[in-house]
Order: sequence, then structure tokens, then C-alpha cells
Amino acid sequence: MVTILDPTDERVPVERQVTPRPDTVSGNVALLDISKPRGNVLLDRLEALLQERLPGISINRYAKPTFAKPAPDALRADIASSNDFVIEALAD
Amino acid sequence: MTQPPAFLLEDGQGEPHAFPGSKPAFVCFVKEDCPTCNDVMPLIEAAWGGLRESVDFFVCGQTETGNRALAEKHGLTVPLLDDSSLKVSFAWDIEIVPTLVVADPNGSPRHRFMGFEREEWRQALDDLAETSGAPQLEIDWPAFPALRPGCGSRSADPTIAARLQAEAENSPLRARRIDIAAHDDEFEFMFDQGFSDGMPLIPPTPERVMRMLGGTTRDPHEVIATVPPNMGEATVEKVAINSVMAGCKPEYLPVVLTALEAVCTDEFNIHGVMATTMGASPVMVVNGPIRHRLGMNMKLGALGQGNRANATIGRALRLAIRNIGGARPGGTERSTLGNPMKFSMCFAEWEERSPWTPLHVERGFEPEDSVVTVYAMTSGPVLTVDQDSRTGPQLAGSLGLGIEGMLHPRARLWGETLLVIAPEHVDKLAGDGYGKAEIRARIQEVAARPMRELVEDDRSAMGIKRAAAEQMEDEALDRKLPKFRSDADIHIVVAGSEAGSFSAAFHGWLMGETGSIPVSRKVLS
Repeated sequence: MVTILDPTDERVPVERQVTPRPDTVSGNVALLDISKPRGNVLLDRLEALLQERLPGISINRYAKPTFAKPAPDALRADIASSNDFVIEALAD
Repeated sequence: MTQPPAFLLEDGQGEPHAFPGSKPAFVCFVKEDCPTCNDVMPLIEAAWGGLRESVDFFVCGQTETGNRALAEKHGLTVPLLDDSSLKVSFAWDIEIVPTLVVADPNGSPRHRFMGFEREEWRQALDDLAETSGAPQLEIDWPAFPALRPGCGSRSADPTIAARLQAEAENSPLRARRIDIAAHDDEFEFMFDQGFSDGMPLIPPTPERVMRMLGGTTRDPHEVIATVPPNMGEATVEKVAINSVMAGCKPEYLPVVLTALEAVCTDEFNIHGVMATTMGASPVMVVNGPIRHRLGMNMKLGALGQGNRANATIGRALRLAIRNIGGARPGGTERSTLGNPMKFSMCFAEWEERSPWTPLHVERGFEPEDSVVTVYAMTSGPVLTVDQDSRTGPQLAGSLGLGIEGMLHPRARLWGETLLVIAPEHVDKLAGDGYGKAEIRARIQEVAARPMRELVEDDRSAMGIKRAAAEQMEDEALDRKLPKFRSDADIHIVVAGSEAGSFSAAFHGWLMGETGSIPVSRKVLS
């Protein structure tokens, strides 16, 4: 028998459940631009369509400082605390 | 003298003997192939004959077959205890056999002697007789040699000591131990677990990791970095495990540790470097005296295969990011094409062959510092051939033309380059008075293009958009746009063989605060 040492960080990842999907979209919807080229084009169009079909919702626009790094904690906290939904645009 | 640890060993008949017992103790470590041990066996037998009623005897032999041979050869009646696992020898820190320890009934040592010195042993045995209340021994002391040096204990054999240290109760190893069943192939097992970059790995056994940890003075439990994307804690031990798997020698470990610290900074942004679809990878340049100590390649084929230090240091960094940080292709690693540098890309600068300031000194370190510099590069090394230019302006101009297509000929003010200039080009440039500053300026001059040449057209939609160009005056369209944002984005090192009028460029990724900034770190021992 050979014994080896575990090369990983040995952490057991927490299994997160997907938040239950409501039947209707209402309240505050965040549109997050990750700052890739033309992400704003996609989100502008999406915002127009959402407002047309769901006039009752309010839309908040956000942008990551750069697509090359994870979103800063403050931005994530801000989006989570002020919105009921979030749509993130990848684009290119 | 510190209190030696308690132990339980069996003799050849399987009888257990526990130290400390209830009486004063005679403890001696021996091995059969040691001449001095053989010299003292009759003395031990005589001591046993005279003191056995009032003294506990622990004669510990280091091999099972050796014990049988000693007993037969010397007609011993004293029990020989089996320490063939060497755990007691190791725990007692035995370096030389014979080592004689005389201890009180509670285990506190009164004497500890290495090898054989007649007067020391005489004193120890007289003391033992006196404290145990036994009559003095009748031993023909002059029949024994006055002085005999001992032999090395098997527990101090370097090939065995690492295993013993790994198994000892105070072992520094904390990583989870994975037992691979005898019928499983350990190499296949490691592939199955996803530890590998696709190439076979050296099994990181506890003894190999112990030897690897011998390459640094840093505490095995020190957390040197938090590795994205899983934000795994990289301890020195975990990096050592990955370095074993990569095939590193222990002396390479400080460079791997330094490189991992460097890439796990906010400036370098290893999360983005690994995740990007552009397929970036760290490129390591090593400067300073450690290049020679590790036998790194900076000459013929420096950017290629064949040198263990170059190949395995770069690989160890990538394996640590993969295994500790969890960056795996298809997971958070999303490279569209990937690139071979993702296996390993590490080389040293040939400072001695360079007439210019070496990279680490340019970046603020002392020449005698050993330094690792990491770059995030998407391609490379991309060769530029110029066997004709003899002047600085022409040759540096060629390097500029060679690099102009980096990422896209119309990609401007975007990314950095690491230029590796080989000796023939170095001589021609330096011979014409060209230093690094002149080379950078000439590259920028040659690779600059009027903006009207950078407007999107039928050949490619990359570049300045037509709509934007239509708003620009002729004067603006005639203005030249350089390739690089600043001269400082052109990093220059010297490497390669004496023969060949070639240089090579690594092509960068996103730069600055919103991408990756090169990081240099001094190597700590």
C-alpha cells in the first residue's frame, strides 16, 4: 500500500441550493454589466424590453469595474440588498 | 539531559518490554554490522548476568536478522529487543551505535554515552550497581579496548530518516493521508483524482514531502497565500506536496513558494489569468544567484524543455494553483484554446551575458538578491528572425516589426510584452550603443501606425470604428498610435545560446488595474 498526502485544500464545498424561482417578476431588478465590450448594448435592449412588458418593476443598473476580476464585495452586497432579481450580461 | 520518551518493544520471543520499568534501567542501542557493537556485546552480557535482578535491561537492535545473528555469535542470554522499525531509535534521537543510556526507575537519564569509551562505561555500570543495590560487577575491564568510535545509527540514514520523521508523533505533516490500496496503481489513482495536469505525477508520499520541506526554513504550517478561485489556503506543506508531484528537488521549493505568493496578489490577479478565455498563463523569470544554485537553464534552449529546475518549478506553480486553488479547465479555467505554457513556463535570465541592467535590478532589487518575476502572458515565445541587420536602429526596428502583430496588428495600447533577446542580437544591439531604453523607444517608433491605417475595413473589423474615424480630422487620422501604452510595457531579458540571430516575445494579456500587473518577489530561504 502506498500512502500519499492530499495536494488539495481539503475543503468540502458547501452545496448551495438555487433560490426558488418565483412565477412572476416584480420589485427591483438589477442589470449587471461585467464591462465586456457591448455588454451595455445587450443590457440596454433588455432594459427596454423589460420596461415594455413589465411596467411595474424598477430597474437598477450596475457595472463591474473590470470583467477580468471578481466583482468587489461591496458591489455584490449592494446588489443583493437592493434587488429582488439580477441579470448579468456577458456579451462580446 | 531531557527525558527520553517511553516505549514498548518486543524481544525475539515476542515478550513485551516497557520503558520505563520499575527499576533502574540499562538501555543500549546496537546494530549487528557495527564492529564496536560487537566489541561491547560480551560486556552487556556480563552486566546482564550481574545486574539482571535489580536492573531493567533494554538492548535494542536495529534489524531483526541482526539481532538473531548477534545472539548466536555472542551466545547471548540478554533479551535483544526488536527496533527494526527504528521508531524508538528515532524518538530517542540516536545518531551513533552503540549508545548507552543509564536511567533512574522513573526514566530520567543519568548517563548517555555514544560509541565505546571504557572509563565511561565502567563509571555507568558501577553507578548502576550502586543505585540498584546490587554487588559491584566483576568485569575484566583491561580486556576491553580503551576507546572505539561507534557507527551511524540506521535511524539517521538520510533515506530512512525522512520516513521516520513523517511517521513520528511530532511530524510536521498535517495534510490528509490517502492510502492507496495495494491493487490500485498510484499513478492511475492520481489521474483519477484530478490532481494531474495531464502528465504523470510523482506520488507525494510522506517521506518525499518531508525531504521537500527540508528545502526551506519556513514553517510547514505557514499560510503563504490564498489561492483563487476557491480561495484555498496554501500552506508551505501543501506547496511542498505539489512540488513533489511536479518533480522538484527540495532546493527548488523556495522559488515555487515565492512564485505562488507573487501570483496570488491582487496586482497579478491569478483568478482572472486562469479564468480568461484568452488563455493566459503565468510566465516566471528567475534572477540572481539562485539561478546557479539550482542549475537553471538560461542558455541554449532556455525557453524549452530539458532542464529539471526550469520545467518542474513552472509545473509546480501550475499544479499548486490547480490543486490548492481549484482552477481546472472546464471549471473556472475557461481558456478557448489553452496554451502549452499552462503546463510550465519558467526560465532564468543570463545576466552574465547581458551588457544591460538585469530585470530584477531594473525592478528595484539588489544584484545579489534572488528574485522571481511573474508575467501573465497569452502567447509565446514568438520568434523574430533577423540575420541581416547590423545596426541598433535596424535590429531594434525588426523587433518592433515582429511584435507589432501581438494579439492583433490593430490592437493598440493593450497588453505588455516580455522580450527575450538572444546573445547574437544582444551583441549587435550593444555594439551599436543600444541599451534597453533605446530598444524600447525604437520598438515604439517602428510599430507606431497612423490612425487611418488602424480603421476597420474589409479585411478586418478590428481597430478604430468607421463611425469614429469619420468624426476625426485628417490631422488626427495622420497622428501615429504606438503599439504599447508606454515604453515600460516592454520588458526585456537576455537568454539563449550564443548561436542564432533570433529573439522571442511573449505576448501579454489585459494589463494594469483591470487586468494583470507583473509582480517581482525576493526569494526567501
